[in-house]
Amino acid sequence: MILVVVAHAGGRVSRSALGLVAAARQIGRRGPVAALVLGHGVAGVAAEIAPYVDQVLVADREDLAQYDPQVWAAAVAQIAREGEADTILVTASRSGRELSARVAVKLDAALLEDVVSVADQQGALVAERYSCLARVTERIEALSPVVVVAIKPGVFAAAEPTGAEPGEQYDVDLALPPARVRVIGKVRYATGRIALADADVVVSGGRGVGDAAGFERLIVGLADQLGAAVGASRAVVDAGWRPYSDQVGQTGKTVQPKVYIAVGISGAVQHLSGMNKSRLIVAINKDSEAPIFRVCDFGIVGNVESVVPAMIEQIAAARLSPAGS
Amino acid sequence: MRILTVIRQVLDAEESVYVDNRAVDLKGRKLVMDTMDEYGVEEALRIRERGAEAEIVAVGIGPARIEEALRSALSMGADRAIHVETGEEVDPIALSGVVAAIANKEAAQMIFCGGQQADWDSQALGAAVAERLDWPALTWTRKLELKGNTLAGQRDAEDGVESFEVDLPAVVTTQQDLNEPRYPTLPNIMKAKKKEIRRETLESFGVALKVRNHGVEAQNRERLRQVIDGRDAAAAAAQLIAMLREKTGVIA
Repeated sequence: MILVVVAHAGGRVSRSALGLVAAARQIGRRGPVAALVLGHGVAGVAAEIAPYVDQVLVADREDLAQYDPQVWAAAVAQIAREGEADTILVTASRSGRELSARVAVKLDAALLEDVVSVADQQGALVAERYSCLARVTERIEALSPVVVVAIKPGVFAAAEPTGAEPGEQYDVDLALPPARVRVIGKVRYATGRIALADADVVVSGGRGVGDAAGFERLIVGLADQLGAAVGASRAVVDAGWRPYSDQVGQTGKTVQPKVYIAVGISGAVQHLSGMNKSRLIVAINKDSEAPIFRVCDFGIVGNVESVVPAMIEQIAAARLSPAGS
Repeated sequence: MRILTVIRQVLDAEESVYVDNRAVDLKGRKLVMDTMDEYGVEEALRIRERGAEAEIVAVGIGPARIEEALRSALSMGADRAIHVETGEEVDPIALSGVVAAIANKEAAQMIFCGGQQADWDSQALGAAVAERLDWPALTWTRKLELKGNTLAGQRDAEDGVESFEVDLPAVVTTQQDLNEPRYPTLPNIMKAKKKEIRRETLESFGVALKVRNHGVEAQNRERLRQVIDGRDAAAAAAQLIAMLREKTGVIA
């Protein structure tokens, strides 16, 4: 059995979960694909994933309402053992990577972490992943029969429904430990904007935009015109202009949009590791020596204060007269 | 109380990456303690400086050269170090068994571990160590305070900042915002030379590798690098928009 741990938010299946289903079908291992839905009040999530898989295993419990890696790992490991799963697929988000490491230890399994490809080769799972701040690609092989695979979000396109009957649902019984971390408060990042991981276009700002107001005017302004997500360099987040959730780079998010527009970002290697897989990279910076120009497809050496407003104005004007006249 | 800080030695971030014979070539390159681990050492020192009685032990697993990184930790103020010597690349899940065994032997109450290693790009070690010890882990912490036996603080979750409390023992993983690591002073560097580095062999831990690395390939993605002068802002903007329209379809 291939067990897919379904990420969900706000009562909906996350897009990355359908990528895991696609990976499960391509991996070249035999057996049914089972979706595992953990949480509280997740009947809708289970129903939504059912058309994509052979079975849906559901643990709908109050003590799973809040994500706790230690408790969730116990749940995943128990179900993997009982279902004799040989492959457990998890989304390599931050929380998913923490979960996958714990599950691997529990199952005495190999962990293939944050992989961009994975396939069975004569019984062994072989995968590719990026390392060294995403500057090299390494090829790794799992040495155990049971393997936990954390798949980099956005790598596998979402699966289509199987076309057969929706997977049958089973409620599973679990013996779970109590949570030991007490979450006593949470400030959620409010954003009405498209998520960084899901966006075709990302507009990212660095120190070069001047200040928080400049960021709002230039970066958010341009992103609004392009329907883009907003990203930020570490310097901008450290300065408190933007929340941490916007940060792109080694210690922030990894993105691979169709177009990444870096404005006033010099291009430190830690930042590049979070965006260097973008299909097309645009850089706007006043310093012609900035490292970002060495990795860009299209660059403008100039003042962001004049170039970006000109872009905003021209895109807005083109929208008003789509014929371009 | 005893605090372990896991130390890794990695290529300095300013260094370019060259691949030779399917491995990252480290010959003659500047290697440093992983910045992520510096935050851990610093935080352990601060916990002690705020009044907790603690011995801080730096733990490194790898070839002889990583003693330089352990020495850096000692220069910052760690009390002693343990070096588990091996030339083998040990995957994080297997490695977590070594760290957990040391934690048990040393009766450690806290373990600091980097949030993401700069060489493996891995986030697994801290969580895996915690699981082996059946401890909770606070990952991606941005603020920490020890009150008696309770660790309180803030961490970055996927969708916001969480305030937490947890009773020790616990694993903590670090990130850049946690603190500003100190530079070792000359007297402390001199003192560090006399501090103990205990050597152990990997074999004594009976570790079974879980993952074999078949080598790396450089990523030679060619970029167009078409860079234009932006002094005429309107013209440059127009050229960029035309390019985006033609090549990407993200502008209608």
